[in-house]
Amino acid sequence: MPSNSPSGQTHYVAELEDTPVAAVDRLDESQKARSTWADAWDSMRRRPSFWISSVLILLIVVVALFPSLFAQTAPDACDLGNSNDGPAAGHPLGFTRQGCDVYSRIVFGTQASITVGLLATMLVTLFGVIIGALAGFYGGLLDALVSRIGDIFFAVPTVLGAIVLMSVLPVRTPVTIAVVLSIFAWPQIARIMRGAVLSARNSDYVTASIALGVSNSKILLRHVIPNSLAPVIVIATVSLGTFIVAEATLSFLGIGLGSDVMSWGNDIGQAQTSIRTSPQVLLYPAAALSITVLSFLMLGDVLRDALDPAARARR
Amino acid sequence: MLWYTGKRLLQMIPVFFGATFLIYFMVFSLPGDPIAALYGDRTPSPGVIAQIRAQYYLDQPLLVQYFHYMVGFFQGDLGTTYSGRPVSEVMASAFPVTARLAMLALIFEAFAGVLVGLIAGLRKGKLFDASALVVSLLLISVPTFVIGFVLQFVFGVQLGWARTTVSGEAPLNELILPALVLASVSFAYIVRLTRASVSDNLNADFVRTATAKGLSRPRVVTVHVLRNSLVPVVTFLGVDLGSLMVGAIVTEGIFNINGVGGTVYKAIKLGEGPTVVSFIAVMVVIFVLANLLVDLLYAALDPRIRYAK
Amino acid sequence: MTQIANDDVFQTLPASPTTTDSASRQPLLQIRDLEVGFQTQHGLVPAVRGVSLTLYEGQTLAIVGESGSGKTTTAQAIINLLAGTGKVTAGEILFEGRDLTKLSAKEIQDVRGRLIGYVPQDPMSNLNPVWNIGYQVEEAIKANNVAQGKREVRKRTIEVLQEAGLSDAADRLKQYPHQFSGGMRQRVLIGIGLSARPRLLIADEPTSALDVTVQRQILDHLGTLTRDYGTSVLFITHDLGLAAERAEQLVVMYKGKVVESGPSREILANPRHPYTQRLVAAAPSLASRRIQAKKNPQADAEKIYSEGSLDTGLIARATKRENAAPDRDLISVQGVTKVYRIRKGGFRSDELLAVNDVSFGVKKGTTTAIVGESGSGKSTVAKLILQLEGITKGRIEFDGQDVAGLKGAELLKFRRRVQPVFQDPYGSLDPQYNVGNTIAEPLLAHKVGTARERQARVLELLDQVSLPSSTRFRYPSELSGGQRQRIAVARALALKPDVLVLDEAVSALDVLVQGQILNLLTELQAELDLTYLFITHDLAVVRLVADNVCVMKKGQIVEAATTDEVFDNPRELYTQELLSAIPGGNFEFGR
Repeated sequence: MPSNSPSGQTHYVAELEDTPVAAVDRLDESQKARSTWADAWDSMRRRPSFWISSVLILLIVVVALFPSLFAQTAPDACDLGNSNDGPAAGHPLGFTRQGCDVYSRIVFGTQASITVGLLATMLVTLFGVIIGALAGFYGGLLDALVSRIGDIFFAVPTVLGAIVLMSVLPVRTPVTIAVVLSIFAWPQIARIMRGAVLSARNSDYVTASIALGVSNSKILLRHVIPNSLAPVIVIATVSLGTFIVAEATLSFLGIGLGSDVMSWGNDIGQAQTSIRTSPQVLLYPAAALSITVLSFLMLGDVLRDALDPAARARR
Repeated sequence: MLWYTGKRLLQMIPVFFGATFLIYFMVFSLPGDPIAALYGDRTPSPGVIAQIRAQYYLDQPLLVQYFHYMVGFFQGDLGTTYSGRPVSEVMASAFPVTARLAMLALIFEAFAGVLVGLIAGLRKGKLFDASALVVSLLLISVPTFVIGFVLQFVFGVQLGWARTTVSGEAPLNELILPALVLASVSFAYIVRLTRASVSDNLNADFVRTATAKGLSRPRVVTVHVLRNSLVPVVTFLGVDLGSLMVGAIVTEGIFNINGVGGTVYKAIKLGEGPTVVSFIAVMVVIFVLANLLVDLLYAALDPRIRYAK
Repeated sequence: MTQIANDDVFQTLPASPTTTDSASRQPLLQIRDLEVGFQTQHGLVPAVRGVSLTLYEGQTLAIVGESGSGKTTTAQAIINLLAGTGKVTAGEILFEGRDLTKLSAKEIQDVRGRLIGYVPQDPMSNLNPVWNIGYQVEEAIKANNVAQGKREVRKRTIEVLQEAGLSDAADRLKQYPHQFSGGMRQRVLIGIGLSARPRLLIADEPTSALDVTVQRQILDHLGTLTRDYGTSVLFITHDLGLAAERAEQLVVMYKGKVVESGPSREILANPRHPYTQRLVAAAPSLASRRIQAKKNPQADAEKIYSEGSLDTGLIARATKRENAAPDRDLISVQGVTKVYRIRKGGFRSDELLAVNDVSFGVKKGTTTAIVGESGSGKSTVAKLILQLEGITKGRIEFDGQDVAGLKGAELLKFRRRVQPVFQDPYGSLDPQYNVGNTIAEPLLAHKVGTARERQARVLELLDQVSLPSSTRFRYPSELSGGQRQRIAVARALALKPDVLVLDEAVSALDVLVQGQILNLLTELQAELDLTYLFITHDLAVVRLVADNVCVMKKGQIVEAATTDEVFDNPRELYTQELLSAIPGGNFEFGR
């Protein structure tokens, strides 16, 4: 090959060994095949915050399921003689005003918070996904109706609505709180789902499937919903944390879980009178609650980065 | 813009009635006697019961009850508190206090939140960004009332820098600490939102074009990156007003402020159902109206919305 | 090797400067051994590897390359516009003797806009949506001290926009980008790029998002402006024909390296690097196609990978098809009209006449192309034929049967025989379905065969589109645009249909890949006796594949005839305009 000076003025041709010409668009078979979910998993498992949050969540769930494995002292074995005492042998976090073991109450209070968080998230996700998917996919009158109803529920801030309902409800268990919270929280998920479904519905692969003769219900179930779930999963994970905070807030106000139910929110609420003398009574359950919420928020962040297609494109 | 305003106003009407009806419906159509539910374990005297029945038209169908309630609402009759004072009267004295508190909190969360979020977004992956992220996650995961207790304890009791409770007049300087507490969670969300938005906009084509024009870096960042990042923040502020209201109930309760939130807090603690319901209905109406304002602000910030049909 | 037969074919080339001897001048821009890399998780990934080029004053130099060739990165490196983690790792960029890579942030800011202007690629995303047009132009004028004082700046803003071809600029300063069409936004961007009368203008694919006629107008205008101001132009494009038409000097890039550079006419006439030879062979030239087919009689089994150039047998087959055309139309479109209702504010609504009284027929085994610019209604016609939208008026017959209002089993039967392939190879495959499931989906939907038979059919189809059988386990995100489009073709063929409706099916692909897909489609047509309805904006492609052409404009067919008639004797002015706007259409490429 004649190789002149590479200025633009003379005809320059690169050495062929230096610039080998590859086949046009040949498939690289050396790489392993990976689905989008496998891709997301790959990016998640590289993040320390994913492992920290999942291990914490796993631990919290195990504590919620089997509290007696983690605490030897019964949470209701209280001795007023120990009121607000500091740590003692077998009682690492000290005692509450009623003389109950703080550590044991934290362990046994886990269940209520986790139940409220999980149940409310499940209800909201189920309801929101179904409603949002139907509204977005079928559109028209159904969509208009559902969207307006959603607007109305959206106009009542979740905890405000819950305060009203909880102050008139005679029964106050984790299940009622979860149901009450989800009554006001579903429009958020429904809105996100509707948006995602709308954009999936207008994608070429759905149009292609219609033209291929695939039925509407199959398109919705097999293409549209799976491709719309990513943002919902992220928001659901984050809201699990916020539901736990909401429960604690309601309990703090005295209209959350009944006083007979052991929960972090109740304990924090009851500890407010002791904060000046023995802040640990308030701080330990608050720390347990915050760590739980933090775990879900961290997991939500990791999921967002892993599932967000824009973020994936940037990698 | 005019058309957009009109449309938003029209859309607000069903939401206004729907939301107020929703609250009304929840309280008065639940199984069981609404009066018993509202008053919990206290039993009002037969005279009070009769008065309440008449006041809420409890013997009429639900829609009629609601209709009368709305008629009263528009005439300025927002209901009565447990002790018989008109809600509108309590509102008039309590609202200015809460408005001051909320304004302080809003100013703090918006300015500090946007500033921290902007710096974090510009230095993505650096130390400042990482710390901002950690702090914001912590603020979101710690409930407002815990932050309130802790700050009250540290600044009020241990350091003695601020009063632990706010006096009746609620002067601005006494409201600073409660406002910080109230703003904390929203501040964290705004930091995260601004950061994400800024880092997205930094990669936007129009920012590269602005740089190519020969604009200085500060100008590119303020006029093109920051300006565009404000749009989602404003939208967030509207939705977030709901949590700010809940936060006000908690914060005013903790610092014993005689505002709307504090009144609701006391009513909840004392089990005064009618007061709670009346006040929250008013709060929801304010929320709806404020969101209308935010929508208009949003349109002012984003011409694509303004001119949308 | 080869001599240029006739110099006249280069008449549209801008006259090279004859008054000055380029060799004796100082170069305006000289890039030497430039290396640019992007920092990723897996370390520094090189994007530009040792690029050198020289641009003299008053010259236009084009960098030509496919996506991923590093041409845009090279251009952006000049005024340090590299995104995020990109940085220059070696080499120098001398502009008027100064090395731009060594300038401070303040110094490079002074170069940007004032000395080197920049016109970006996508007019839709390059103007800030929240500021009005006037503000965004004024900003550039103020930043480069072109004018002082409010009134002067405003006056200059209007001037800049008018020069860029927006005659009503004074009235539109307060409007926002979304109120402008793509072509007008591009004019604004050109105005901004030239507002300070820079010495050099970097134009990165400034018209690739626009219709050909708009592209031609804008490039003509840009050419006039730069010539008047004596501005040198660095022109980045994927289109060899366009580059040859607009630049005296060419630099061909491939995988981050320069493979060939020199005077345009010499490279086009005598491409020496195998890659350039391929590009030249696949370039969308109308005149040279047949000549090349005669001169290039090799055809081996692996040709799909060896070259994107058009296959020899193609023309012969087309001729055969024309002669063997049966009498009855397989698809018959009769007076079809489609009206969309567009909601305007409130309760008013506008009617949009997307397709207006369109009639044509398609014979079995032939290819009919529907050509038009954006908004011509061509894609709506495709949707109507595919029964994805209902028609407002008229009649569409398929194989003698009225297809409007088909329902249930009848509609399913119709769908089985008429299959689509869409434009966007990134959007037309479900990202969560692997290739095997994607291709098998129509079989499943129509309950064809057992699982084992479907599996066998998937393998057969993959083979037909020249992809290895292991492809069936892959997901769309792992495939290139061309490979995805081959999957889309395989899926469309799964049910052994009679008709494929190809809606801009090759428009988003690089030219070599495009050639490859066109070859594949032509082979499949001959093999399976397929009928194609080919929707495209690209007349050059039409020449390669179509037997008949319908030219659409504003919802109507303005000209319908055989391909040869349309190309050789276009009757309508609009068709002539379209033809003459094809970049490089008049060139005689290659040997």
